[in-house]
Amino acid sequence: MKTETFSYLPALSEEQVTKQIQYFLKNGWVVGIEYCAQPSPELAFWSWWKLPLFTARIAEEISAEVNACKLAHPDSYIRLTSYDNVQQKQVMSFVVHRP
Amino acid sequence: MSKTKPDDNKEKALFDAGVKEYSAEGRFYYDIGYKPSETHVLAAFRLTPQEGVSFEEAAAAVAAESSFSTWTTVWSDYLVDASRYSARTYEMKSVPGHPDQMMAYIAYPLDLFEEGSMPNLMSSIVGNVFGFKPLRALRLEDLYFPPALLKTFQGPPHGIHVERDKMEKYGRPLLGATMKPKLGLSAKNYGRLVYEALRGGLDFTKDDENITSQPFMRWRDRFEFVMHAVKQAEAESGERKGHYLNVTAGDTEEMYRRAELAKELGSRIIMIDYLVAGFTAFASLSKWCRENGMLLHAHRAMHSVMDRQQNHGVHWRVLAKWCRIVGADHLHNGTVVGKLEGDRTSTLGINEMMRLTDVAKVEDCPGHHFDQPWLSMPGMFPVASGGIHVWNMPELVSIFGDDSILQFGGGTVGHPWGSAAGATANRVALEAVVQARNEGRNIVPEGTDILKSAAKHSPELRVAMETWKGITFEYDSVDALDKP
Repeated sequence: MKTETFSYLPALSEEQVTKQIQYFLKNGWVVGIEYCAQPSPELAFWSWWKLPLFTARIAEEISAEVNACKLAHPDSYIRLTSYDNVQQKQVMSFVVHRP
Repeated sequence: MSKTKPDDNKEKALFDAGVKEYSAEGRFYYDIGYKPSETHVLAAFRLTPQEGVSFEEAAAAVAAESSFSTWTTVWSDYLVDASRYSARTYEMKSVPGHPDQMMAYIAYPLDLFEEGSMPNLMSSIVGNVFGFKPLRALRLEDLYFPPALLKTFQGPPHGIHVERDKMEKYGRPLLGATMKPKLGLSAKNYGRLVYEALRGGLDFTKDDENITSQPFMRWRDRFEFVMHAVKQAEAESGERKGHYLNVTAGDTEEMYRRAELAKELGSRIIMIDYLVAGFTAFASLSKWCRENGMLLHAHRAMHSVMDRQQNHGVHWRVLAKWCRIVGADHLHNGTVVGKLEGDRTSTLGINEMMRLTDVAKVEDCPGHHFDQPWLSMPGMFPVASGGIHVWNMPELVSIFGDDSILQFGGGTVGHPWGSAAGATANRVALEAVVQARNEGRNIVPEGTDILKSAAKHSPELRVAMETWKGITFEYDSVDALDKP
């Protein structure tokens, strides 16, 4: 099963994910974490892992939350999302963990 | 026109009849230094007068004929206030390298136009005046819509942001392909083509502009097989997909019939050839799309008839602006690197004009003559298509940015292993380039490295790169921007 952006590439390594997170933060975007046991094209909303990380300023804070989410939901898909409050929209979404 | 000599024996004329120069004193059509108000519509015209006609008279004639005046003075002029309805030439500029041309800037009073009606505005500004005899050629280069007029239109039914949310696609350009060959496929074979391209990794497939309902494939059959293909590809891939079903028809009732079936079958998007359908039909379909939650893709078939010659017609940037104001969610806008016409700088300027939602400034939109405030009207996705393939991916992403749709027709269906493999190759290339860009790499100079390393994990991409190695379309553009 494919999961939109970056799902046609080999799974991103932790280092590669960190680089993406750094790009989001550099753009001033807020990063969020979502999980879902059974994604489908009809499903618009996955469950939020906590609120979007409004105060996170470095990639490590976000990676730590992704790991915590993995521990709590090992059988779920986990994706990173980004929100831009200037453009007032979601700007990114890609899966970082597959069960 | 011959003037009759006044006969002394006849009665004195009841009014001042005859033919006056448009630029004559006491008339308003040539009024250099006039300050347009914030509600004037502003036009930039490239004038090429006939020999013996002054630029002054030509500019005044354009202002007159596209607003208030007719060729002679009529008694009923005296019942209205000409100063209120006259368009005025307020500035003239020379055109570098073209001594036979000048740019005339003309201001139109808002009262000349009906609210929310593009046909009405077009009938004035690009109406009879284009056939006017004192002019050898005339071209509308840009048109400014004042906020008071712009706000009488709603623009794209959804716009870029809403489409991304509806399609669940973020952080990258979208990928599409036109189904080929254009004509002759049966509905089921056509559905197969759609299915293969979508399951391979494209977001959208598209009807060609001249696919409507021919004997080899009637529209209802096509719609049914295509939507079967879309749903099957969604179920198998887990991603949202769409196919632009072309609902352009011989009459508007039939157009609606086709749109209704597309909706009933669960299509997310439909398509119109907005110039050949005409602006009334286009506006109606745009409203229908907003009411029905349907995305609208606009194809620009026929645009070259109006926009290709540098000295006559309507510049593409104006046709594109009209499209956004009347309202489509996607619009084709040249490729910069492919097989179709499009001066690079000009194309990029129009991309920005189509997407900016605040003010599209001239400095950000090369080729434009006016800053256009968009007042949060949703932006349109520019669509790049025609003669592009995987090798162009780094350049396309660099030029077009994320808010664009890259359509690889031949570059998908032409893959030696078939269109599913072609689609996968394009998707892998796109994602590799976006990943690299986000990592801070310089994607154009490093493009070959990025693609080659992505191809190590994708045999589909490796084969596509072998197939299209060294294919470019390098011709000079017929309509390039004037060199300063």
